[in-house]
Amino acid sequence: MNLAITLLVVIAIASVIGTVLQQNQPFNDYISKFGPFWFEVFKALSLYDVYGSAWFLVLLGFLLISTSVCVWRNAPRMVRDMRHYRLDVQLRSLRAFHLKREWERPLLPAEAVKRAALLLKLRGYGVRQKQEAAGAVLLAGMKGGANRLGYILSHSAIVVICIGGLLDGNLPLKLRALSGELVVEKRDLPASQVPPESTLPADASSFRGSVSLPEGAKADFIFLNVGDGYLKQMLPFTVALEDFRIEHYATGQPKSFESDLVLVDNTTGETVKKTIAVNHPLVYKGYSIYQASFSDGGSKLQLRAWSLDGPSSEAVPMEGAVGDELRLTTPTGPLTLELVNFKKFNIFPVEDDPTGKTHRNFGPSFVFKLRDQTGAALEYVNYQYPVPVKDRLYYLSGVRGSPAEEYHYLHIPLDERGGLDRFMALHASALDSERVRAAVRSQLEGVQEKPSEQVRNEVVDSIAALVQMFVVQGIDAVLARVDGSVTDPAKRNSMIDSYIKVLQGVLGELYIQVLRDEGLTPEAGVSEKDSVFFDDALTALSMLGPYGSPFYLQLASFEQRDASGLQITRAPGKDIVYLGCVMLMVGVFLMFYVHHRRIWVRVAALNGGSEVLFAGSGNRDRVDFEQEFTTLAEELDGLLQGHTSDKAE
Amino acid sequence: MSVTHEYLEQRLERPSLVARLGVGDWLWAMALIAGALFAHRRYAELMDIYEIGILYGTAIAFIPLGWAWKPLRGLGVVVAALSIGSVSLYGSELAAGESRFFLKYLLSSQSAIMWMSALFVMATVAYWFGFATRSEFTYKVGSALTWSAAAMGLVGLMVRWRESYLISPDVGHIPVSNLYEVFILFAIITGLLYLYYEKRYATRAMGAFALTVISGAVAFLLWYQFERGAHEIQPLVPALQSYWMKIHVPANFVGYGAFALAAMVGVAYLIADSRPAGFIAKRLPSLTQMDDVMYKAIALGFAFFTVATVLGAMWAAEAWGGYWSWDPKETWALIVWLNYAAWLHLRLTKGWRGRPLAWWAVVGLFVTLFAFLGVNMFLSGLHSYGSL
Repeated sequence: MNLAITLLVVIAIASVIGTVLQQNQPFNDYISKFGPFWFEVFKALSLYDVYGSAWFLVLLGFLLISTSVCVWRNAPRMVRDMRHYRLDVQLRSLRAFHLKREWERPLLPAEAVKRAALLLKLRGYGVRQKQEAAGAVLLAGMKGGANRLGYILSHSAIVVICIGGLLDGNLPLKLRALSGELVVEKRDLPASQVPPESTLPADASSFRGSVSLPEGAKADFIFLNVGDGYLKQMLPFTVALEDFRIEHYATGQPKSFESDLVLVDNTTGETVKKTIAVNHPLVYKGYSIYQASFSDGGSKLQLRAWSLDGPSSEAVPMEGAVGDELRLTTPTGPLTLELVNFKKFNIFPVEDDPTGKTHRNFGPSFVFKLRDQTGAALEYVNYQYPVPVKDRLYYLSGVRGSPAEEYHYLHIPLDERGGLDRFMALHASALDSERVRAAVRSQLEGVQEKPSEQVRNEVVDSIAALVQMFVVQGIDAVLARVDGSVTDPAKRNSMIDSYIKVLQGVLGELYIQVLRDEGLTPEAGVSEKDSVFFDDALTALSMLGPYGSPFYLQLASFEQRDASGLQITRAPGKDIVYLGCVMLMVGVFLMFYVHHRRIWVRVAALNGGSEVLFAGSGNRDRVDFEQEFTTLAEELDGLLQGHTSDKAE
Repeated sequence: MSVTHEYLEQRLERPSLVARLGVGDWLWAMALIAGALFAHRRYAELMDIYEIGILYGTAIAFIPLGWAWKPLRGLGVVVAALSIGSVSLYGSELAAGESRFFLKYLLSSQSAIMWMSALFVMATVAYWFGFATRSEFTYKVGSALTWSAAAMGLVGLMVRWRESYLISPDVGHIPVSNLYEVFILFAIITGLLYLYYEKRYATRAMGAFALTVISGAVAFLLWYQFERGAHEIQPLVPALQSYWMKIHVPANFVGYGAFALAAMVGVAYLIADSRPAGFIAKRLPSLTQMDDVMYKAIALGFAFFTVATVLGAMWAAEAWGGYWSWDPKETWALIVWLNYAAWLHLRLTKGWRGRPLAWWAVVGLFVTLFAFLGVNMFLSGLHSYGSL
């Protein structure tokens, strides 16, 4: 029994490990967390899959064996205990009981026995009677034998649950992988290319795996996660996803998602159609198909790429699907554009909405990564429609270096027609050295003193270089240059001021030109709106350096395609486990709430009257039983007084 | 001649359970059945077959509970009356909660929960004061305050249930869906369990200890509300949209409540045991009695926790595709279960009593606390329905 308690505690402590260290993550995550040395140590201890590790299974095995042995050894005794009325108890041991009362009464022994037996029966005790050799009569009472049944039920339940769990576990798979018969695949392969030694036939007795099905696709296999790799498990049926639907609450959280499935049995051809949802799986011949998750299944995106690294103001159309990797050539070298995700809704909380709504949908967005030759990537999220920020609308594009960071947003202002054209025209002219030089010259016209042509050209050159630096590398580069040339803070500030004035002047000149090209007449005055646009455009230009992308990708249109994450299981042990659970629950309640109690009344003849000994035992619930015993003793006392005494008559 | 068998039988006969029932008991049973029938008729389209089963099952289960523990009937009547009053004051306008006096200051779910919090804290003070002065009157005030707190808490949950439907029919759900709501449930259940043992053992001396842990829960609840805005009613994620929630969560919290109570009695036991003639020991019940309460509470908690874990596994099989995934919450449920299984083995098979088991019960509270709070705070997993 000491072993049982030790095992319970040890398993509890061992279980903690797997909750503290996240289990079954990609090995690279562990390496970066612990470093190569500790990674290997922990790996040797199977700490990345504690609950599937040999040592944990051995612990559970010990629990199983220890419980089995306990049940095996104790059950026969318990059954005897349940049925036997201890009529063989000795007077001496009765006298030694903690709970006992003795009386000497002038009542005939037969009458005393009769009355005591009646009392015990009325109080729920089963009673057996024995004539002892010494002429005494022993009554043995018992109730609550089901308590013993509770012991047997609850302890066998543990065995039953373990066996059921073992049937559903992936122990056989691990053994086969260990023997080399199966090879756990670790490469990222399309399903059709998974080699046969990593594929399991459709007749497997138990498994639990998942597959992601895009709308319109079908599959007759799933993937099982094993260690840091996977196996392909064939299914005896093909499951097709006809349609996937997702609904949202007003707050944007998903309210429900469901898949219309068509299942075709590969041998009988039988067809089952069912819509599954979370908490509502499809069960077919012992296989269960669950709605587990959802993702993008390759939505088609029509994009427009606006150059950010050259003097072109025209957008180039592009096309791709989520999951695609497009190889691009740019002046700075080849880039890979990875289309990562698409979201049709972006619902965020808003404050002081005029209509009183607490949440607003900001429309579709898509996420992409730009990866350079070295493998370094920046991640972007772009919104299709303009997003209001402080009462003004902007095209939003967020950029970050890693998923752990927050996005930094680029806010591009909208032109008259709600498009990007004006900003892109301004940007293009700021990269067009001819136009910039012309603008600088025209700015210099207004200066009082007329420097020599040579000085003039030098000034034009350096201002044009400043504009170039501002647009290509951003405001931070300009500030860095100032910091590199002066140290005196006063001088520094005045230099920054003059740089900014120059930039504003030149870019303002270019902006006037852009407005003219649009057919407006800025000489007659620039509208409030257009001047606000210019301020916003300057801010956006100053951010393009760190933005780091050679183009701005605008989402023109999309064709959404969802993928439904299905989990498919076969768990023949489930019913066994449930049976064990029921046994456990019934057993526990029987053990705690049915009390096994024994009571003895021994009546011997004494001086023509009776000598009565009353004793009881109920170890597990001493306090309650003492109460009951006291009450019974008082009642028995009263009965033995017997207001009509045989002896008296 | 001997007395007749019939005579003796008559003399010893105790009236059967049914014969001992009074008018109040029958009214209680009828009210519960009538309530269930009404709810069924009125909300049939919102419930599936299992939920209808749970509705009637709950009503039927509470009949003998009220018979065995009479004050429960009074609580039921008060909670029903106040909840119905509040719901009818609301009508179909959630905004009424701000404009109507009785709702704003008493019966909206937020006000009721604030009243519950205040009453529990007041009850704690009363019990400690009663404990220090051995004043029976103050003790009685403590009991009355605890009953009132439990009533207001239950009213708060009932009304919150209704409010969630007033926000939007698709948002509506039973308020046991996140950490904020179950903390209210925890305070109520722990309070009621304590009141049950108070009556059963006819001593109010353990109230100061039991109510202290409830006040701790209330303090957390208030912090959670005012610092984190956790009191906002949130719609249910798809995994929680299931009838299982209605039985899994309450069963769990009977377990948690009982374990918390056992731990506080364990604290009282340890203090009394270390200074047998001290100020505190003199006021507490006997060590044997506290030991017994501790055992009773852990047995009850263990039984309900077993049921809750099994229900959880069955729900997991339906929602996550497997009855056991070694998810952190599942694993911690197992750890709690193993812990108390070991406790019970020590007591029942090794015959341990007293001090070591009291220590173990206190440590058990921390294990339990981690399972229901720490897992949400520090670990990630499928069962993330309330983070801090």
